[in-house]
Amino acid sequence: MTPFNRAALTLGLSFLYAPIVVLIVYSFNDSRLVTVWGGFSTRWYGVLFADAPLLASALVSLEVATLSAAIAAALGTLAALALDRHGRFSGRGAFTGLLYAPMVMPEVITGLSLLLLFVGLDVERGVSTIVIAHATFGTGFVAVVVGARLKGLDRSLEDAAADLGAGPLRVFCSVTLPLIAPALAAGFLLAFTLSLDDLVIASFVSGPGATTLPMRLYSQVRLGVNPEINAASTLLIAAVSLVVLGASWLSARRGVGAAV
Amino acid sequence: MDPPGMRRVGSPLGRWLVRAPPLLWLGLFFLVPFVITLKISFSLPATAQPPYRPVLDWSDGIAGWRAFFEGLELTNYAMLAADSLYWKATLSSLAYAAGATAILVLIGTPMALAMARASVRIQPLLVALVVVPFWTSFLIRVYAWIAILKPEGLLNAALLKLGVVAQPLTILDTPLAVMIGLTYAYLPFVVLPLYAVMSRLDTTLPEAAADLGASRARIFRTVTLPLAMPGLVAGALLCFIPMVGEFIIPDLLGGSETLMLGRMLWIEFFSNRDWPIASAVAVLLLILIVVPVVLFRGAEERREEALR
Repeated sequence: MTPFNRAALTLGLSFLYAPIVVLIVYSFNDSRLVTVWGGFSTRWYGVLFADAPLLASALVSLEVATLSAAIAAALGTLAALALDRHGRFSGRGAFTGLLYAPMVMPEVITGLSLLLLFVGLDVERGVSTIVIAHATFGTGFVAVVVGARLKGLDRSLEDAAADLGAGPLRVFCSVTLPLIAPALAAGFLLAFTLSLDDLVIASFVSGPGATTLPMRLYSQVRLGVNPEINAASTLLIAAVSLVVLGASWLSARRGVGAAV
Repeated sequence: MDPPGMRRVGSPLGRWLVRAPPLLWLGLFFLVPFVITLKISFSLPATAQPPYRPVLDWSDGIAGWRAFFEGLELTNYAMLAADSLYWKATLSSLAYAAGATAILVLIGTPMALAMARASVRIQPLLVALVVVPFWTSFLIRVYAWIAILKPEGLLNAALLKLGVVAQPLTILDTPLAVMIGLTYAYLPFVVLPLYAVMSRLDTTLPEAAADLGASRARIFRTVTLPLAMPGLVAGALLCFIPMVGEFIIPDLLGGSETLMLGRMLWIEFFSNRDWPIASAVAVLLLILIVVPVVLFRGAEERREEALR
């Protein structure tokens, strides 16, 4: 590494982490003001855990994230299998486009159009509609992670099982699935985190009574900086860091490769 | 013929059973909604539930379709075209996204290059350091900048203390704050694909150029950069597309003066409750992002042809 490389890396990473560090430090600030350090205090965490609506929305978010990530994991794995194992089937290009487009589509478009579908079908909006929306964009992310693992898989194990008379389903369940399990877990966690984070799509497709954590945080953020939100953010950052460390530990142990 | 490594597996029925669930799900929840949005963008707002007319009545068969097509209106698009606010919003969305993408490439390329040149032992750690912010809540990362940029925020406090400025600077609720937010929030999106390309680059080529006496800058310009170009363009598009329709950043950092289409769509929908106009904005936004993707695909195909 040249000095220029080192400087680029140091500056870039400082830029990425400075706001996060500020957020964490000021969640322990006794004062309400950002510029005044009122001493170390955990009072905002106390305020946070007494905030019943916020805790209720956190539970809604966890429910939505778990369900939508499970659906995305199943659909994404099937999609990755199709792309890896089915050769050049007709409609492959359209299939790939359909799978990956939701990942980059501006959220306002996805959110609005899904809402229009739900209204058109006269579906009651709430947790279930948010789950559907999140599973839709999570599927592509799972497919990318699982697909990377499938590509590097030793196919002779599956061939051996098939030669010994196992049907395709049996081969998948007892050979392929255990081999791709770490990637499947990483994909599930990615879909889970993305669901937990989504504000825009959830705001469109949610109904009365289903307020997710980002929706609750957003309504408070609009009113200005608030130490209680800093405390909530710090807990979320801690949770995400643990998940990322866990995922990279899993992938280092099982050799999944960079599972992003 | 299938390329090697893309062997077909399973019976036709089995293959269909694997492909059908994701295909049906994405068709119903991603493709069909777009068709409906397109349709409603040609409808008129109505004080009814749902709040637009005409509504396509599937049960009426051909008569229903005819009544529907006769009721189609271009009014929403005419309104968008006549409203200078929407022209400004379109141009400024493109300008913000293009400007931020250019800055991201300028910041992201040296970062990715440094990561790829770091010792192999610490590379996973560096990747994890870039990934953690990528996984951390977008909303929270944008919110964090409010405390830094606001008039009585940390940046102004530091500048005042150092005597750099006499009066607090107004940064929050300006275009500058939007640019900072876009650059910050999307940096991992450009660094990760660039690193993926650069860490796989053939190192013998820059070495050969160095042996032939090329300077570092010349090696970067004539060898490394052209080799990394596909990753660079892919990373840039990966940022540009969602940034054109960005809502959270202009809403929290840009103040009420910032015009971006994502935010206009949100306001039309949630504040004005004008679903047909919101749909027309969505269609406009979609057209804006499809154009660069098509251009990119075309350039990729030409490049592959040239290599053949």
